[in-house]
Amino acid sequence: MIKAHVHVTLKAGILDPQGRAIRRSLENQGFTLVNNVRVGKFLEIELQEQDPAQADAQLKAMCDTLLANPIIEEYHYELERPPEPISGQGS
Amino acid sequence: MKWGVLTFPGSNCDRDCAHVLSDRLGQSVDRIWHSDPTLGGIDAVILPGGFSYGDYLRAGAMAPWSPIMRAVREFAHAGGLVLGICNGFQILLEAGLLPGAMRANIGLSFLCTDVRVRVENTDTPFTRFYETGQVIRLPIAHAEGNYYADPITLSTLQANAQIVFRYCQADGLVTEAANPNGSLDNIAGIRNAAGNVLGLMPHPERCAESVFGNPDGLPLFHSMIEAAATS
Repeated sequence: MIKAHVHVTLKAGILDPQGRAIRRSLENQGFTLVNNVRVGKFLEIELQEQDPAQADAQLKAMCDTLLANPIIEEYHYELERPPEPISGQGS
Repeated sequence: MKWGVLTFPGSNCDRDCAHVLSDRLGQSVDRIWHSDPTLGGIDAVILPGGFSYGDYLRAGAMAPWSPIMRAVREFAHAGGLVLGICNGFQILLEAGLLPGAMRANIGLSFLCTDVRVRVENTDTPFTRFYETGQVIRLPIAHAEGNYYADPITLSTLQANAQIVFRYCQADGLVTEAANPNGSLDNIAGIRNAAGNVLGLMPHPERCAESVFGNPDGLPLFHSMIEAAATS
């Protein structure tokens, strides 16, 4: 199994009213050094897949078709690879 | 005329649409479930308002992958009349049947109120019974109606008269103050380049009978009936 961590965020230049509201709220709490806040989504996806290249291709297809809207959003992901089997150990 | 009204899990304006069409306008209406494979022999299809798939991920993001949407795409590409209202508009955007995308309302609130919109183009199957520049009052009820398109798409929409409804003041002036949700260019509704697909955020089905004191949505349905009869 391979686990993927997918981050979907609004593209630079796309107004983020949530981020703006959070920044204001932080300011009101005294965090006056906050320049900007952008809100995104985080998805954790478990794949029944051993091959990292296959997993990568599938993740990209998922992001392009459903997880992100390319008109307003961008994405990146990391694959958490399964631990390498210890070589030389019999079963 | 035979209409299809789709129901996705979470649609909640499907019955309102069917009611207006069948009970007020004497139309034949097929209620169509999202997992149905075909539309049947219909003249127009409505994607109604609501919260399909709970608005999870993005409003309208998952409905394009419902089985019925393959038939809706074919119907749209063949020139069939497709009307998306509110969440139906969001679904048409996510499905790529209309250009652009929706963002959260600029004030972050769910807006449930009447707005004024100006009819920008009456040379469409959806608006022929309005007058160009006519100001009508329609209800909105949405949290993600803040329309966005990249500059090239927007100028194409403007050049092709694809912007059909714009938020305006009571006197018809299109101003920032009259824009409830931050939509680019005060856009409330657009059509596709071919002209047979319309999406709008306001709800014409909620103001299509006199008992509600506002019949401003009615001409939209009359227009479609006339267009289907003369096509």
